[in-house]
Amino acid sequence: MTINTLAKGGCHREQMACFRKMEKVIVAMQDPDMGMKMRNQRLLITVIPHAMTGHDIIAWLTHKYRISEEESLHLGNMLVKYGYIYPLKEPRCLVLRPDESPYRFQVRPLTIYLAKKNIRKQGELMEYEKERYSLLHKRINHTWDFVVMQAREQLRASKQRRKADRIVLECQEQAYWLINRPPPGVNNVLDTGLERPNNFSCRVTLVSDFIIEACRKALGRNRVKSSICLEGFLKYSEQYLNHDPIMQGCLPSNPWISDDTAHWTMNAEIVPVPTRLRVERWSFSFMELLNDAMGRREFMTYLEKEFSAENLYFWQACEDIRHGESSKIVEKVEDIYKNFLAPGAARWVNIDSKTMDKTLEGIKRPHRFVMDDAQMHIYFLMKKDSYPRYLKSDLYKNMLAKAIVPQETKKSVFPFMRRQRHSSPSPAQTATQAAEEEGLAKGAGANSAAGSHF
Amino acid sequence: KYLSTFIKTLYSTSMIFYSCVLYIICEVPLNETLAHLKTESETLKSKLEEERAKLHDVELHQVAEKVEGLGQFVMKTRRTLKGHGNKVLCMDWCKDKRRIVSSSQDGKVIVWDAFTTNKEHAVTMPCTWVMACAYAPSGCAVACGGLDNKCSVYPLSLDKNENLAAKKKSVAMHTNYLSACSFTNSDMQILTSSGDGTCALWDVESGQLLQSFHGHAADVLCLDLAPSETGNTFVSGGCDKKANVWDMRSGQCIQSFETHESDINSVRYYPSGDAFASGSDDATCRLYDLRADREVAIYSKDSIIFGVSSVDFSLSGRLLFGGYNDYTINVWDVLKGTRVSILFGHENRVSTLRVSPDGTAFCTGSWDHTLRIWA
Repeated sequence: MTINTLAKGGCHREQMACFRKMEKVIVAMQDPDMGMKMRNQRLLITVIPHAMTGHDIIAWLTHKYRISEEESLHLGNMLVKYGYIYPLKEPRCLVLRPDESPYRFQVRPLTIYLAKKNIRKQGELMEYEKERYSLLHKRINHTWDFVVMQAREQLRASKQRRKADRIVLECQEQAYWLINRPPPGVNNVLDTGLERPNNFSCRVTLVSDFIIEACRKALGRNRVKSSICLEGFLKYSEQYLNHDPIMQGCLPSNPWISDDTAHWTMNAEIVPVPTRLRVERWSFSFMELLNDAMGRREFMTYLEKEFSAENLYFWQACEDIRHGESSKIVEKVEDIYKNFLAPGAARWVNIDSKTMDKTLEGIKRPHRFVMDDAQMHIYFLMKKDSYPRYLKSDLYKNMLAKAIVPQETKKSVFPFMRRQRHSSPSPAQTATQAAEEEGLAKGAGANSAAGSHF
Repeated sequence: KYLSTFIKTLYSTSMIFYSCVLYIICEVPLNETLAHLKTESETLKSKLEEERAKLHDVELHQVAEKVEGLGQFVMKTRRTLKGHGNKVLCMDWCKDKRRIVSSSQDGKVIVWDAFTTNKEHAVTMPCTWVMACAYAPSGCAVACGGLDNKCSVYPLSLDKNENLAAKKKSVAMHTNYLSACSFTNSDMQILTSSGDGTCALWDVESGQLLQSFHGHAADVLCLDLAPSETGNTFVSGGCDKKANVWDMRSGQCIQSFETHESDINSVRYYPSGDAFASGSDDATCRLYDLRADREVAIYSKDSIIFGVSSVDFSLSGRLLFGGYNDYTINVWDVLKGTRVSILFGHENRVSTLRVSPDGTAFCTGSWDHTLRIWA
């Protein structure tokens, strides 16, 4: 068992990708041709060379990535927060200002240190330092001059302490420390959350086996042409467009926007008259009909008329086994056998002999999925036969005709009034009440044998 | 005396020599087997890619050319939920479309009526970093877990005096942190994923392990249940950059996709169940079609540098919302592949994002300690 530690500072796997991408942006910004134009910036009375304004940064980002100014400001802010660019004015505040405030590229302190040492010692660096130095040189080749220049400046500054250089140095160091030791109240951008990767090297052979097995299976699979699959997405999105509140709005109004819960009241689980959109949705797929409590009730009524209601009762009973408590499986399977499968059962379901034999065999050792085949068979029977006929029936057509289309509440009706947000009973409360009522009913000695509900 | 020491040294040196020889003999076949396995898996993988490519006759955005483009998008924060004292890590909606449960780094799990912004219940877990939480379909319980390696179920009591923690039920036990959990179609079963590289299905009542799912080579970070008719599959994503689709009955991995360049933080099914989207640290979201058995779209932009922590679809599946580590939310046109809108508001990473059950809004949780409802 590994001990997970919170990673503080340092390079974390998940951030490596981000750092590399940010460096790419910075490198692009420093490109001699397409990059940013650096010039002397004025800070009060001092002139700082090789700097850029916040305004320039934003303009460059907006142009390069074809994004809005707001987004460039956000992206630029990230670059400042992570220390790739540091502000020369108000160095304590790592924020990008879209104005004439001057900024500069931060060069990794290690790089400058090595460059400084190189210049001072006239090339007498230690072996490992030389290695690192040339590696860095290769990596940031076209900014090398900039680095050398910075190093030279810093050396000069330490000798002469010119004001401009001092300011630059201070700001640079300030920014560096702000990131590595953020003051309270400021986000620690190096905070990466939980240390994630666990060492799984010992499972290499197991995993390779798994991959090979999975690949072999996948090679044998039937695939559908892309053109057919992708058309499916178009059709689905189009069909559900009017039902998507974020895309098309909802009637009478979106409760989160108008503070009016009418939309939820009208679409509650059981209502006297459902909305038109809801009834329409029942025609999209059999699953939609069954998933809606009212839809299922309507369908049951229809099946009763057709004398095939036992199919839906059976399906519901099987669902109950699949998703119910493990301890009740055996008794539920027995109930199903008694009511639906046994010869002469009150609600005998018509399953093909092969499935019936398999199911009866499985019942001898009941488990959660023992009814799956039979359930699937009845499900598809209803889907192919009863469901299409239901949609063409008068029952459905009348429902559709009666359904409400709510009036849209114009926001302008209550421009200055802020509606009171009413609370609603918690599902936990209604459940407790229902359980209490049930308890009372049981206590009164009521014993419904042929349960009308499953 | 010298003779005995001499014999002893001779004996020990010969033993060392012998064991060295044995070691060399055994070492070689093991390395060979590993190398052999590796080449075999690489060859099979490239063969699989070839097969997949054969049926790929058109791109999604090409098919989507005839679809109308989306207009201006205005979504704002409609509610801000303040109350957590530390980073919000996870949230889930209740089926009543207005209540939510959220969990945070300091071990607090809070149930809110997001519409009124009132807190209704609060539980303090015995561990920090509660990375997973889920609302039961009945609305009467919540499940949560994290660094305690467990998933526990708390029945929601309305008695203000009752301590919720007293009725807590420990359901799942992993050997590493719990990264995600979800109830299946009822309150009786929970699906979990963990840093120990496995997913598991549990019976809530007895705490019994019903099925376990092995196959990820590293931490599993996320999972989502399929909305299909047969309701028997789910997808998981992990640090091994893979997204796997599993059969809940048999425990077998039915399909596997590996195109991301970094950890997959979030997976979510397309509403029809024929596809799923994933969000990764490589700053892209991708769409995988299950029938075509391949990746069919990538949602990315040069200016988007930071990883995606969480994704979800709008009700019709036309929009894909992504919460990013750079504090923003990007809204994508699923069909055309373009970025429709970028939403600002959070002051730190967006760690979790879910669309409400009726699609009227979506909720985000962030490291800035707040949750926001957007509509």
